[in-house]
Amino acid sequence: MEPGHSLGAAVLVGGGVMAAVDEIVFHQLLQWHHFFDQSTPMIGIFSDGMLHAAELIILVAGFFWIARLARRQALIPSWTRAGLLLGMGGFQLFDGIVDHKLLRLHQVRYGVELLPYDLAWNLCGLVLLLIGVWLWRRAAAAAR
Amino acid sequence: MLVLTLVVAAQIAYLVGLQRQWRRGRPWSFWRLLALLAGTSMVLFAISPPVMLHAHQDLRGHMLQHLLLGMFAPLLLVLAAPVSLLLRTLPTAGARALVAVLRSGPLRLLAHPLTALLLNLGGMYLLYLTPLYAASLGSPALHWLVHWHFLAAGCLFTWAILAGPDPAPHAARAWVRLGVLFVAMAAHATLAKLMYGFGWPRGTHHGLEEIQAAAQLMYYGGDLAEMLLLGLLFARWGRRRGCAGRPTGGPVALPCVSK
Repeated sequence: MEPGHSLGAAVLVGGGVMAAVDEIVFHQLLQWHHFFDQSTPMIGIFSDGMLHAAELIILVAGFFWIARLARRQALIPSWTRAGLLLGMGGFQLFDGIVDHKLLRLHQVRYGVELLPYDLAWNLCGLVLLLIGVWLWRRAAAAAR
Repeated sequence: MLVLTLVVAAQIAYLVGLQRQWRRGRPWSFWRLLALLAGTSMVLFAISPPVMLHAHQDLRGHMLQHLLLGMFAPLLLVLAAPVSLLLRTLPTAGARALVAVLRSGPLRLLAHPLTALLLNLGGMYLLYLTPLYAASLGSPALHWLVHWHFLAAGCLFTWAILAGPDPAPHAARAWVRLGVLFVAMAAHATLAKLMYGFGWPRGTHHGLEEIQAAAQLMYYGGDLAEMLLLGLLFARWGRRRGCAGRPTGGPVALPCVSK
């Protein structure tokens, strides 16, 4: 059994799912921001296209990895759950801290008081990540 | 009429080749036959007079044609492995000549993923972001050329990305093919959004709402086709690490050309 594989595959799927939620809800439906807002709308649209392609590839790759593990009966559900939450929380928090604040690629929304949006965004990511860490430790403890 | 004849001729040629294989007791996958019949039917549907008429009046109809001819039908046609069947069916001298053509410099260049990307996506950008689309509505010859280009470039691109099941003239590394597919997906999504946001193609009788609906169809329909292609790429990836793991589809005469 390779718990690392179950974890890694699920991290890919979790990250891809969260990126897809961000891209579909906030970029396409609400149109609050693009991936890169420091330039023209044209560049913004182009950067979203790349995000979209990357998230689809990561999602499909993760699903294939999980399917392959499942076929070999090497998929461990407790590690997979942990990886899913780690991937989701990890992406959300990375996006919120690194993309939004450090690199300042884009903000959650424009023309509003940003603090509540940033807090909601990052707390959401932190909660998901902490649940992931908790599940991970529980899976590791059970494996011992 | 000419097209109908060509497509039916291709179907008959495939069936004749298949029948020879069976008569010699050599197996040929039933799924490949099914892929060919589905792919050619899709082409026939996309260029059938009622669909053509609808596509001429409504950009959504044109976009449906574009998706079928340029993305979904090529997936099926490439999976049908017509080149492998041809190589097996031709007499030895003919098969050798075909292999020589497949391995020739120009064809290897043409079948490189980057060339296929340029022909496929470059053609689309040229069609929708220039007056070419409007011109194609007025010129039957140009109109046919556009449709054949969609189909041919779509098949070339799908073949270059999958590097199989037919032996690809230029079997680039899997990472290169994945990278090119990434660029293609991003470029396709970007083009659909540019059309949505800026109202391209311009200079036609299509209203903005109709263009936006067509662009959405392109965006989401393209996603579906690209995810299928991605799935096939990943499915083949595991089976084919380097040359040792080449799928044994028969005595295909091409040596491994991936570096």
